[in-house]
Amino acid sequence: MRLDLRPRSRRSPLLAALSPVLAFAGAVFIGGIAVALLGVSPAAAFLTYFVTPLSEVWSLQEVALKAAPLALIATGLAFCYRANLWNIGAEGQFVVGGLAGGWVGVATHGSEGFTLWILPLMLLVGTLAGVAYAMIPALLKVRLGVSEILTSLMLVYVAELLLDYMARGPLRDPAGYNFPQSVAFDGAARLPYLAEGETLHAGVLIAFGAVALATLVLTRTLFGFAVRVVGASPRAARFAGFSDARMTFAAFAISGGAAGLAGIAEVAGRIGQLQPTISPGYGFTAIIVAFLGRLSPPGILVAALVIALTTIGGEAAQIDLKLPLDLTRAFQGLLLGLVLGADVLARFHVRLVPGGPASPRA
Amino acid sequence: MRAPAIPPLSSGPTPLYGAYGIVKRFGDFTANDGIDLEIRAGEIHALLGENGAGKSTLMKILYGLLEPTEGVITHRGDVVRLPDPDSARRLGIGMVFQHFSLCENLTVAENIALVMPRALSGRALAARIAALAETYGLHLDPARPVWSLSAGERQRIEIVRCLLQDPRLVILDEPTSVLTSGEAETLFVVLERLRAEGRALLYISHRLDEVRRLCARATILRAGKVVGACDPRRESARSLAAMMVGAQVSALKPPAAAARAGERLRLERLALPAPGLHATDLRDVSLGVSGGEILGIAGIAGNGQAELFAALSGEVRAPEAEAVRIDGRAVGHLGINARRRLGAAFVPEERNGHAAAPGLSLSENAVLSRHATAPLTRFGLLRRRGARALAQAVIAAFDVRKAGPDPAAGTLSGGNLQKFVVGREILAEPGILVINQPTWGVDAAAAAHIRQALLDLAARGAAVLVISQDLDELFEIAGSVAVLHAGSLSRAMPRAETSRAAIGLLMGGSADPAGPPPALGAPAGRPEPAHAEVS
Repeated sequence: MRLDLRPRSRRSPLLAALSPVLAFAGAVFIGGIAVALLGVSPAAAFLTYFVTPLSEVWSLQEVALKAAPLALIATGLAFCYRANLWNIGAEGQFVVGGLAGGWVGVATHGSEGFTLWILPLMLLVGTLAGVAYAMIPALLKVRLGVSEILTSLMLVYVAELLLDYMARGPLRDPAGYNFPQSVAFDGAARLPYLAEGETLHAGVLIAFGAVALATLVLTRTLFGFAVRVVGASPRAARFAGFSDARMTFAAFAISGGAAGLAGIAEVAGRIGQLQPTISPGYGFTAIIVAFLGRLSPPGILVAALVIALTTIGGEAAQIDLKLPLDLTRAFQGLLLGLVLGADVLARFHVRLVPGGPASPRA
Repeated sequence: MRAPAIPPLSSGPTPLYGAYGIVKRFGDFTANDGIDLEIRAGEIHALLGENGAGKSTLMKILYGLLEPTEGVITHRGDVVRLPDPDSARRLGIGMVFQHFSLCENLTVAENIALVMPRALSGRALAARIAALAETYGLHLDPARPVWSLSAGERQRIEIVRCLLQDPRLVILDEPTSVLTSGEAETLFVVLERLRAEGRALLYISHRLDEVRRLCARATILRAGKVVGACDPRRESARSLAAMMVGAQVSALKPPAAAARAGERLRLERLALPAPGLHATDLRDVSLGVSGGEILGIAGIAGNGQAELFAALSGEVRAPEAEAVRIDGRAVGHLGINARRRLGAAFVPEERNGHAAAPGLSLSENAVLSRHATAPLTRFGLLRRRGARALAQAVIAAFDVRKAGPDPAAGTLSGGNLQKFVVGREILAEPGILVINQPTWGVDAAAAAHIRQALLDLAARGAAVLVISQDLDELFEIAGSVAVLHAGSLSRAMPRAETSRAAIGLLMGGSADPAGPPPALGAPAGRPEPAHAEVS
């Protein structure tokens, strides 16, 4: 017996729209079984994971704050992945962006007088640092043909260790009792809160803006067209005159810049100082988000919210129901697998064909 | 599987294999339309036909790669089913593919072991390889890695793989297309020996002289149907070609004597090293095309056509800017869009994935090659209405049949997509058009439409360069023809002063293409029809 996949001649738009919903339902079902096997009521777990975080103002804000960097990074990554370029190092670009932008915040600490320029400069430096850091794998790929998957991934660890060193060493607050962290940023170096006394800050707006801009670029501009063609038909892209090398640089610049901006937005927003670690793995989770959102910016926004919801819900479940945090990660992986599987089912007929495996000559 | 025997088409012994009433449809397209074929033990049976005549489809059906829509296949008179290549192999059918499937970094023995049953490996296998090599003169060093072997040696591996299964029928798909003439001679000796052992061979080739030399029977396909059967030894290459090509569908209007507008496209001693093992070096290629002229580049596939096209289009840059000139300007260092802005247009050979992105809509595919030369963008934003209007104009002018208002390019049939990609470039009203295999795998009506459009474009003063394997096409539309062989281009010969035989000789590399052209009408003292080729 072997599985035979045949493309469906006609793709049903209803099926395409429904497939992520069905995948989510399937993931909840399988997750419910796992929860039951852990001795917890699946209904209680469902409430804690998916309902409670949406019912309180503070947890809604937490969901948005978690979703913002994920959406921003994943939107940038969508440009790379659409063009068949595999930037796995958004985490490193995020960290370098946070570090470089945060360094501006440290250096301008205590500035007097007109300080409105500090925050924009931090965001700019963070973004550019992310771009520059992403240029390393791009350059190695274009000039030497080195796999960008390996280089971008390895540069994550370089970035993390660099931040660790800077936070413990040169940028440590001299008056901070040897705690491995920088001075707390001035108000002028912090992203403003959207409402008095709440946690939601302007980084959320940046993410929204980036998603809208990316949607426009991908669907309405010649550059976005080039990204789509390079990914779908590389030879046709060359025939169209879209250069592989330029596309590699551009896509890495966009994803690196988005990750760097997300990094400095996190540092200037929620954290407010430099620490040895600034990311709970946003750059890696964003890869899942990008594919959950099928590499389209609006889809990515939804996927980021779903993943943020499960993360916040997972934290609550850990506290309230004593469920392990790994369950959340397993659930996120399960969700991705089911969404991709549902996509295959929506695009292909799957049949079991009697007989051995297809001949290698076939 | 036993079923009532099918009476053979002809008297005589029951054929070893028979195919009766074979129909294969792909959607609306009928690739095989009621084909009957009988193969007897101890014969080399030729399957002749133009590109797109249905040879490959029939061959794949016989090897179990495709199942026929209708019709039956028999083995010694019994109806059999061939759902996959394994069942074909069990019935003694083996195949030598045109494109080898070998792992470059494995040795000869490893490549052979790869497709053998697990029980047979190591020393036993080496012994059998050695025995085969002895019997058939298929000399192979089992320890050599495949990447170090020539095309002929690689083919020997494929043949050995096939013979290790002791087939009763060997299907050979264009076996000489990648071989030098010396290697081909060696192959013919092997084939003769196989025939003498009582095996049947189904020989698929474009090269009529080979067919006339090797084969005692031939079945000729045209547009999916059997149009004739003959003994090729009693036919001339010319009569075989006539059966393959058939009557012309519609006569083309010859161009009105076009005003010669001076040379518009020039290649000057262009030399490009091959980008990979399977590519061809271009060696000192020079050519010139004037306005109003159609220059044809003949040649057997794989002699540098793709490389020449890439160098002309700018997808591959020339080492010197002066090697390529458009209207006198040195453009060797310019990319494809810069050349388009200078009035050039290009149609590559491969429709799906090169000339067009199959997953994108027709209007997006209009943007693909025209974004630099048509008003399809404003400040980097796509003008989608403009793209749709351009696609509609192409569809109307070239009678492109499609489903839906703006379907994905991949949903069009080959002929309609080809009309779209040709029309897309011709509506740009280019001063220079370079087109590779303009009517490859396209039905006769669409082919005539495309050829007429090329003639009309030249009549309006454009320089048109047509790279084609189809000699009939070149003799129909080109004013002069040059031959590309092993990366070298012959001098261009005016159509009136050359013959198919002369071109055929050059295509086979029988004359030094860089040297003077062969004496017209009397090619090198060899009988004329024997070397004509129709592809």
